[in-house]
Amino acid sequence: MMAKVVAVTGNEAVAYALRQVNPDVSAAYPITPATDIMQRFTSYVSNGQVKTEMVLAESEHSAMSGCIGASAAGGRVMTATSSQGLALMWEELFIASGSRLPIVMALVNRALSAPLNIHGDHSDGMGARDCGWIQLWSENAQEAYDNTIQAFRIAEHMDVRLPVMVCLDGFIISHSIERMEYIDDDAVKNFVGAFKAVNPLLDIEHPVSYGPLILPDYYMEYRKAHAEVMAKVPGIVLDVAKDFEKIASRKYGLFEAYRLDDAEIGIVILNSAAGTSKDVIDSFREKGIKAGLLKPRLFRPFPYDEIGNELKHLKAVCVLDRADAFGGSYGPLFIDIAASLYPHKNGPVLSNKIYGLGGRDYLPEHAEYAINELVEIAKTGKVKTLKEYIGVRE
Amino acid sequence: MATPLTLKELSKKEILLTSGHRMCSGCGAPIIVKMVLLASDYPIVAANATGCLEVSTCISDYTAWKIPWIHNAFENAAATLSGVETMYRFLKKQGKIDKDIKFIAFGGDGGTYDIGFQSLSGAMERGHDMLYVCYDNGAYMNTGIQRSSATPYGADTTTCPVGSGIQGKPQPRKNLTKIMAAHDIPYTAQASPSHWMDLVKKVKKALEIKGPKFMNILAPCNRGWRSRTDDAIQLSRLAVETCYWPLYEIENGVTKVTFKPKEKKPLADFLKPQGRFKHLFAPGNENMLKNFQEMVDKEWGYLLKASGTE
Amino acid sequence: MKLKGWKNVNPGAVCTEAGSALQFKTGSWRAYRPRWIEENCIQCLFCWAYCPDMAVNVKDGKMTGFNYDYCKGCGICALECPGKKGNKAIVMEEEGK
Repeated sequence: MMAKVVAVTGNEAVAYALRQVNPDVSAAYPITPATDIMQRFTSYVSNGQVKTEMVLAESEHSAMSGCIGASAAGGRVMTATSSQGLALMWEELFIASGSRLPIVMALVNRALSAPLNIHGDHSDGMGARDCGWIQLWSENAQEAYDNTIQAFRIAEHMDVRLPVMVCLDGFIISHSIERMEYIDDDAVKNFVGAFKAVNPLLDIEHPVSYGPLILPDYYMEYRKAHAEVMAKVPGIVLDVAKDFEKIASRKYGLFEAYRLDDAEIGIVILNSAAGTSKDVIDSFREKGIKAGLLKPRLFRPFPYDEIGNELKHLKAVCVLDRADAFGGSYGPLFIDIAASLYPHKNGPVLSNKIYGLGGRDYLPEHAEYAINELVEIAKTGKVKTLKEYIGVRE
Repeated sequence: MATPLTLKELSKKEILLTSGHRMCSGCGAPIIVKMVLLASDYPIVAANATGCLEVSTCISDYTAWKIPWIHNAFENAAATLSGVETMYRFLKKQGKIDKDIKFIAFGGDGGTYDIGFQSLSGAMERGHDMLYVCYDNGAYMNTGIQRSSATPYGADTTTCPVGSGIQGKPQPRKNLTKIMAAHDIPYTAQASPSHWMDLVKKVKKALEIKGPKFMNILAPCNRGWRSRTDDAIQLSRLAVETCYWPLYEIENGVTKVTFKPKEKKPLADFLKPQGRFKHLFAPGNENMLKNFQEMVDKEWGYLLKASGTE
Repeated sequence: MKLKGWKNVNPGAVCTEAGSALQFKTGSWRAYRPRWIEENCIQCLFCWAYCPDMAVNVKDGKMTGFNYDYCKGCGICALECPGKKGNKAIVMEEEGK
């Protein structure tokens, strides 16, 4: 298989994947730091490199509404957004998933207002974690590119038909140039395959009605059906990853386990900060400290059993959250990791750190601090501070 | 195609909104939808904003629609239909659809004048080939008669109730038809179900024009207007004959009054049968009635002037 | 009707049977019943045009009666009926009397 080595930004890689997928319709609205994806994509449209018809909407709410209309009409649909844009779409996110529409959306993770901040953190994606979408999180440009391509296969799978959000860190990944590999256009095209419509609105011979009023006699049955479909998603994500490996020679799972097999302590962290953490883990390993890392990829649905089994043998785990769940006491990732370990009585001692909000740098010393603390916790079995903000001034 | 426009001929067509919908007895909205759908010689795909029409025509497995229909949310019928129409253009270009399909959005005044205004404006500006039909009943009737920006001056609603201090809605209604015309779209019109032929002709004309079209159609609501269940057509006729609801169209910037009453009736003829205006006839509110009549006269004068039919 | 379980509901709550609302009879809402007096009918079809419930039966361009399965008894047809020489072709009568 021909692969092309390039040096590109995360946004450029996502736009390139979208060009290769060549969706039928996209409805979008610009927002920093996702703007660049749609700017690049619309230049593909202008230059005739894709056949996609654009709806250049007047808001994110209308962009997602247009995606819903286009998807229900019976075709392949994608968009991209960030932060406030995702927040404005919130109502529509539930309508897209509840209507079982396989829309793919790149989410360039950015902090939420107020105070206004355009930089990277995960509060947007975490705020939308329970809206019935599938979420794939990406460490770097390569993963963002690979996840975008796989997202279409997952969303459009006949047993799924759910929207997928591909998350990548704002600026840190979206705007930094990295070395990565592009897959051949034809290979992507064949991998994604032709779109198969389900109940298309434009089939005038078989008129369907989308969006009925559902009363208490049926609402729960629809929710249960949605929950059951979510439960099938991890298996399908793995199947799609297997096929993807054939064209890309890159392996994907539900999460990445880094040096976890013989580890005694571990870090759990999402997206770009995992890279820095892995380097720090390597240096601790050189000192004989058995540290490892788990980086979730499929965050929704959360693979509780698989992650619980992966972490249960550790003595201590620090979950690093790039978002806080106000009033939930702990970061959103921590809450899910704790839940995944609940069935394992002798599982690791947990701690939670909140880092990198609003684009605050995540530095090697933050990972070092966490690991040093884990060494201590593993020895004593005691946690001094269950949750703390790191990299913050007093 | 050139069948004469008579009820006899129209009655031979299938009505694509069925019985078994749950709109209130005597509601004006289904009459409008029926007429709009009967006017079309094309297959229609419709979008519907959340509202009375939407919640009453598609409940669980019971849909009254015999055409493809989508309800997304309250404020986005136009944006949703933008997506549907764009997918249609794509599939047509790809040769995957060969039929000529027309697209119609239905929204109440809440979903059109207010919460859906931005989405409507955006869709019109983008030039989607669609007809947006507002069935204007003058308040948030679905949620229990709260005022909207389409609520007429002086009307009693549940959020501007007549009290010792306030005598109904203090503000005049938003003139949405004019605002839509100001988008410089190829066709904007106002219609009333009482004048069925005028309404059907306007829909027919709109559907032949490529691009964004807007029609504002008066939809009597006996619950909100506090009138009888049998007077929807009578009241909409009075609305036209008093020039409260002038019938006109603006085609490519040219305004044309399509119905000029032989004798313009006093506004009170339209207001009096409606409980929502009862207080306007109470002693002390003579001035409000006078103000309201002046607003109607002013707009009617403007329309006559604009259409050169003074 | 037996309610369906979650395994049998349509994905995305999409209604795939166009016009299925016909299964929902609204005639029971009626407090007043329209009665057609054929000899006064001039076949103007206003009743058909203005009926909000599509409950006026028409065959070959002629009014043939009401569909009481759906008629909600609003009375628009009776009010709009021009009748013949001042005699209405539709009158409203209280249900059950």
